[in-house]
Order: sequence, then structure tokens, then C-alpha cells
Amino acid sequence: MELQIKQVISWMEKTNEKIQSNKEYLTSLDQAIGDGDHGLNMARGFQEVVNKLSSSNYTYVSDVLKDVSMTLLSKVGGASGPLYGTAFLKMSTALKGIETVDYPQFKKAVVEAVNGVKERGKANKGEKTMIDVWEPIVDFLQKQDNLEAKELESTAEKAMEATQDLKATKGRAAYLKERSIGHLDPGSVSSYYIFAALSEVLEEGA
Amino acid sequence: MKKIVNDPELVVEEMLQGFVAAHPNDVKQLPNTTVIARKDAPVSNKVGLVSDGGSGHEPAHAGYVGEGMLDAAVAGEVFTSPTPDQVFEAIKAVDSGQGVFLVIKNYTGDVMNFEMAKEMAEAEGIRVQQVVVNDDVAVEDSSFTTGRRGIAGTVFVHKIAGAKAAQGGSLEEVKAVADKVVANVRSIGMALTPCTVPAAGKPSFVLEDKEMELGIGIHGEPGIERKAITTADQLATELTQKVLDDMNLSSGDEVAVMINGLGATPEMELYIVNRKVSEILSDKGFKVYETFVGNYMTSLEMAGCSVTLLKVDQELKDLLEVQSKALAFRR
Repeated sequence: MELQIKQVISWMEKTNEKIQSNKEYLTSLDQAIGDGDHGLNMARGFQEVVNKLSSSNYTYVSDVLKDVSMTLLSKVGGASGPLYGTAFLKMSTALKGIETVDYPQFKKAVVEAVNGVKERGKANKGEKTMIDVWEPIVDFLQKQDNLEAKELESTAEKAMEATQDLKATKGRAAYLKERSIGHLDPGSVSSYYIFAALSEVLEEGA
Repeated sequence: MKKIVNDPELVVEEMLQGFVAAHPNDVKQLPNTTVIARKDAPVSNKVGLVSDGGSGHEPAHAGYVGEGMLDAAVAGEVFTSPTPDQVFEAIKAVDSGQGVFLVIKNYTGDVMNFEMAKEMAEAEGIRVQQVVVNDDVAVEDSSFTTGRRGIAGTVFVHKIAGAKAAQGGSLEEVKAVADKVVANVRSIGMALTPCTVPAAGKPSFVLEDKEMELGIGIHGEPGIERKAITTADQLATELTQKVLDDMNLSSGDEVAVMINGLGATPEMELYIVNRKVSEILSDKGFKVYETFVGNYMTSLEMAGCSVTLLKVDQELKDLLEVQSKALAFRR
């Protein structure tokens, strides 16, 4: 795999398309076990990301990711803003000064992102949060020598679906305890869109 | 959805504009932010107080801006904590060199956004301390979970920490008294109806005609238990008992009481609740020092109430008495 500026921008555009067309769905998931703002906040944030990227010029992938991070931080709010903002900031830092990102570099960036999210959110796998998608992705990447785009998507999808059976112990759904079981975690669903979009970009590039 | 709005996406901005238009001598909106600050901020030689929260809790949080309470309130989108850059702007605007004290309600997003804002402020050499309010006894308190939510008890933190700062207390002294309030304040809420976030357009959950939800938060999120609606006396008894179970009061102790409306409940019903709450407290030998009844920390148009008890000693009583010119808490 290779990621260049053009592909990272396309990754964010496709993520935005998925989030815009699933805005109500994300909100309804969040109304069930949270406070019902996830779709609205993510849609606002990623629209701003796309606006920002289309009006800027970049030399390095890390600069694109930094703008993604800063835009999400200042436009999303709630818990998702700092968490997604941290994820992209850590990726940006890990890829600093690189023009074309190769697979080992990408792997390292995702590992850094997950560590950053865990630290910021003080959560671990199994607590019904976005980490339940990001950590299985890290495990998957660690096992692969070459990235199969389709498998990336299906790994994220499986991980996202598995959050249905989890009892939330972090995030706002934690207040519901057992009543959180049987619902998908909204943050895991939006994380799935991010990896599904990446998978599409990689397939196009292959 | 039936609401008096122009554009659901603009409710926060238009509310803030209307707020400043109503109180031009008391507050200002920082340019290009959702921060409402005291007109005279930063107040020299005083610790600055900043609180935040999603919108939809009016009069919180901008209503508590004023001499004797907050120096600035940061408004997020409806039920969404504001972003770190906005909180950072508020911190800079109220810092007079004595440091800034943040009052945070214990929600994942609020805590994270404030932590990031604090890191930004400290990088610029501004001293920042904070308290995380977690008065809601409906939620299990455990180090393995997010912990208890901050709800109406936050208003007492604003009042008392604000009074301490107004008296010239240092950042450390303001923090100490805020910690003391948090250690001694407990609340629980209940709802009869859900509420509708304007941009979402439909209610956050459904309650049948004869149902109520106990242990409700202030963001339209479901509570801990759904049951058949009871009389005001039974409800007041249950809420008061749940709060007292968590408080460790002894006969003769004094408490401040807050019967808070969640937005759509008339004061008539709040006073009916207070009638029973005050009777229970007196039967148990606790003295009510002062009672506050009204809409202090709401959840849009949700019908329901919360009961807050704050155990007070001489220091907290004195600070409760200090003058406040905050628009929603004048004394």
C-alpha cells in the first residue's frame, strides 16, 4: 500500500460522504444509549474537514492529518471531538515529514493513534467505545505483511457489530449498564465508516 | 417538533446574541466564540472562574456569569460540551494573573475538552486548577467507569467557589472550597417527559402516559429506572431517601436544599415536592438552612425535577450569603 496526499484527502471525503448519509442513523444509535448528538457533531466536523482540505495546499501527508485533527478538535465537541482529534494528531506526528506513506509507517501511525485515544479517553478494549473497532484493526494490521483493503473493511465491520453485545463501562452509555447491551456503539459505527472509506481508497489505488 | 426557532442549526448562536442584547451592561460575548464573559473581565487581582457545558441547560451556564459567581461561561452545541479552543479563549479572557479555576461536570467529553484547554493554557503560562462535579447519586461511583454525572449541584459550586474568588481567595483556596462543596453535595433527578434537541427534531426517548424515569441526567439521556408514576409525596420521599442514603448526615446537621425544575415543570409542582422534602428533613432532625426552588439546571423542555442537598458548615453558609450579581442567581 501507499498513501499520498491525494489519497488521504480522498479518504476524508469518502468518510464525510458516509457520515453525511448516515447522520440520522448515527444520531438514532446515540439516542438509544447516549445523548443523541453523535451524528450531528460528526457531520458538522467532517464537513468542515472537507472544506478545510479543499481550500489548502499540502506538501506532506502529516500536514493534511494535522488539519484534520485541528478541525475535528474545534468543530465536533463532546467526547468525539477530542478523541478523533487525538487519533489524527497522533497519526500526523507519527508520519511527520513523509511524502508517501508505506505500510510499516501506516501501521505505526495507527498504533500511535489508538494509544492516544486510550490515554485521552482512559478506556480499553471491551468497554463499548470506539476502541473496540480501532484495537481489532491494530491487531489485524500487525498480523498482515500486505494490507488487503477488503479485509480491512470486513475486520472493522465485524468489530463494529460485536459492540452490540457489550455492556458499556465508559462513555455516556455506561450510565445504562445492562440496558446498553443490544445496541451498537455509535462511536464504533463512525469509526467503521472511517476504515470503510480508507478501504475504498486503497482499492482504488491498487 | 414544535419550537420557537429560526434555524435548528443556529439556536446556540442566536440564543447568545439575544442574551447579550438583554444584558448589555453585564456581559459580553467574546468575538467569534460562544463564550459569555463578565463585561469587566478580566477582573484585576481575582481568580477567574470558568464553567462550561452544552447548551439546553438554561439558565446554566451564562446565567451564572456575574460578580460573585462565574467570570465566563462557554456554551457548546445543545447537550454537547464546548471544544478546547473555545474553553481556552474563555481562560485567556478571565485571567488577571491570579490563575483560572474551571468548574467541570463529570461527563467524558467535558472532562477531555477541559483537560486539553488546560494544557493549552498552561503552555502559555496561565495557572489553571479545576474541580469535577459529580453529585448524581443515580449513577454508580466506581473507578472502573466514567463515574457519577454532574447535575444541579453544580450551581452550588458556582455560587460558593465564585464567592470565595470574589473575596480575594487564592486559586488554591478557591479549589479547596470547591472540593468541599463537591464532597458534600448530592442530587438525583426524575423525568415525566423526554426533550427534543432542535437539530435532531425528535424526542430522545419515549415515556408512556403513566410512566416516569428515575435517575435521569440533564441531556435527554435515559435514566436508571422506568416505573409507574406516583404521587408527589411518594416521589419526593423516594428521591430524598436516595440522596440521604449517600450522605452520612447526623441529627442537627444543616443542609441547603435545591428543588430544580428540568424545564417544563411548573413551580407549583416544584413547591409541592419541596413541601414533602422539607417535612422529611425536619422529621429526621436535619435543619434546612436555605431552600432554592426553580429552574436552575434544565434539560430543554423536559418535564421533571431534581432534588439536591448540600451539607453546610459555617464557611459554606457564609459563602452562600455573599452578594451575587449573576443574572440567574441574584442576592
